[in-house]
Amino acid sequence: MKTNGYNYIKKLQIEIIAIVLFFSLIPLFALGSFLYFQFTQTYTQKVTNNLRTIVDNKKKALDMFFEERVSQLKTIAYTHSYKELSDEDYIRSLLSAVQSSSNSLIDLGIINSDGEQVAYTGHYNLKGVNYKNELWFHEVMFKEVYISDVFMGFRRFPHFIIAVMRKEEGSFWILRATIDSNIFNLLVQSVQIAEKGDAYLLNSENILQTPSRFGKQVMEPSDFPKTPLFTGTTVRENFSEQNRMIVGMSWLEKKNWLLVVSEDPTEAMTPLFRTRTMVILLIALGVMLIVTGAYIVSRSIIRELIRSERQKAALDANLVQSSKMAALGKLAAGVAHELNNPLALIKESAGWLKDLLEEEEPDKIANFKEIEKTVNKIDLHVERAKSVTHRMLGFGRRFEPVSEDTDLNKVAEQTLSFLENEALHRNIAIEKDYLENLPSVKSDSAQIQQVILNITDNAIDAVGKNGTVRMKTGYDPKKEEVFLEISDTGPGIPKEDLDKIFDPFYTTKTSGEGTGLGLSVSYSIIEKLGGRILVDSTRGKGSVFTVCLPVRSEK
Amino acid sequence: MDTINVLVVDDETDFTELCVKRLRKRQIAASGVSSGYEALNFLEEQAVDVVVLDVRMPGMDGLETLKAIKKAYPAEVILITGHDTEECAEEGMNDGAAAYLIKPFDIEVLARSIRKTFRKKKIKESQPAGEKGC
Ligand SMILES: Nc1ncnc2c1ncn2[C@@H]1O[C@H](COP(=O)(O)OP(=O)(O)OP(=O)(O)O)[C@@H](O)[C@H]1O
Ligand SMILES: [Mg+2]
Repeated sequence: MKTNGYNYIKKLQIEIIAIVLFFSLIPLFALGSFLYFQFTQTYTQKVTNNLRTIVDNKKKALDMFFEERVSQLKTIAYTHSYKELSDEDYIRSLLSAVQSSSNSLIDLGIINSDGEQVAYTGHYNLKGVNYKNELWFHEVMFKEVYISDVFMGFRRFPHFIIAVMRKEEGSFWILRATIDSNIFNLLVQSVQIAEKGDAYLLNSENILQTPSRFGKQVMEPSDFPKTPLFTGTTVRENFSEQNRMIVGMSWLEKKNWLLVVSEDPTEAMTPLFRTRTMVILLIALGVMLIVTGAYIVSRSIIRELIRSERQKAALDANLVQSSKMAALGKLAAGVAHELNNPLALIKESAGWLKDLLEEEEPDKIANFKEIEKTVNKIDLHVERAKSVTHRMLGFGRRFEPVSEDTDLNKVAEQTLSFLENEALHRNIAIEKDYLENLPSVKSDSAQIQQVILNITDNAIDAVGKNGTVRMKTGYDPKKEEVFLEISDTGPGIPKEDLDKIFDPFYTTKTSGEGTGLGLSVSYSIIEKLGGRILVDSTRGKGSVFTVCLPVRSEK
Repeated sequence: MDTINVLVVDDETDFTELCVKRLRKRQIAASGVSSGYEALNFLEEQAVDVVVLDVRMPGMDGLETLKAIKKAYPAEVILITGHDTEECAEEGMNDGAAAYLIKPFDIEVLARSIRKTFRKKKIKESQPAGEKGC
């Protein structure tokens, strides 16, 4: 029955923990992930914007670079005549003048309408080369300005050309310049922000115009997916090739080249990852705290519950005992009363026989001795029966307890004086451990004496011979109770009998020795006095009976 | 020594009978009746020094009988009570009973009590009338 009671409590504990965890972990996780995603979004946006700005600026710089080159060449073309520029010495000095302010121009050449290079200055001897069949020659004839893709050309190193056309006197001629794409590379790659970042230019055929930092060289086709023309700047995440990249790109305005700047997000996002670790740690810590808290709270609730359950069980047991006592007590008292009258008559009759015998002459009656002996026996056994009914009446009697100042030490001492002879006889040591200055109780000392006598009697009976009976008094200030503890070194009481010993007529003694009323009478007396009797017993070690009495009377 | 006239009143006739016999054997002139009415009738006819009166009787109970006796006759009363009627004994003492005994008792105790009560009665009667009754 008890285990059942505690099972439901265990279940309750699990329930409490589960509910607490449910209602506190969910908001924790929700808050944690909300904050994390919010932060991620904000941070990603920041990184993206950063990249966009970089791409924008670079694009402007590159466009500016082209514009400057083109206008430089146009200025030269429109401020000089064909004739002036056909003079090789002249254009040499012109080139060195231009190179003194910007060394991106490698050479200059003048090409006539037939495609023949009529004048040239630079590292290679290209004078007289005919460009008539080159694609760009035709293009510059239409558009007046031409910027080529990067190519190897005759020179065997990556470069590109800018050409401008000038119409003069019904014909036209072309000023062409070669731009060192290395200078151009520096310009592009200066955007690199982080270790794994990259920046390069692609033409409309997806061919690299500047080298990529990782692997690919100029003129090689790029792995970057072919991107159609668009305006403005785009930033997107690119998941290809295992590693994640954020890529910013924009088509240049002056030339249909695509500027690509990529960044490794793991680098850019380090603070973000640090935050994520932090959030996870904090959540883990929170979970730990909540679990511990839930456990502690549930444990204290459960403990309180078990305590009150126990208290209730004790109270119930007490109630059962009291009602049992009340019913049995009434019965016992009734029986005792009914027996008392016939007993009195038997006694009187025996007495009358004794009176009569006194008148007889012993010698004249054959069995005089036997008759006398038998009459005395009747008298003796009626006495015995009387003592039983007398004790049985003990319960039923509604005695009004007197309320006098009672010193438990003194009462115990007085009671022991009745028993000391018996104890000595049986070689039982009586130890006394009285608390000095024990608070006195308002109670009925005669009744208490009766109780102490009953319990101590039992203790002496339990020890039998050679042992110890110990009397100890004390005060419990918390409960405001004084107590008397009577312990013995007897055989103890089996657990299953513990709730029977207070029953009237429960005894393990032979009929002459015990009636089984001692403890039940004691119980009802102490109950009326507002106190309690407790038993504790260990088999083979002995028993302890404790009588507790309230210091302050309940009334 | 004067003979002491005693009336034993108890509804238990066996008890009354035995009691009377045993008291007579102890030189006490005892008679027995079994109810309160009978006792009052008896007192009407004969002079009695001490009445031994059981508290618990059917009909007119011991305490009522005590009051009736004390009102009309000079007899002293010894109450006999059981365990359950001990409280009545005290009431009886206030109503003028001379003593009380708890049943069962030894016959010698009763005899002694009767003699003592009788002596007290004699002393009381020999005193001047003015000091009587407080
Ligand atoms: N100190 C004790 N050690 C071992 N058993 C005890 C002790 N006190 C009581 N008991 C057991 O409880 C039973 C009931 O005790 P209780 O005093 O009510 O009756 P009793 O001693 O048998 O008879 P009574 O006291 O009426 O003469 C005893 O018979 C005994 O078995
Ligand atoms: Mg006992």
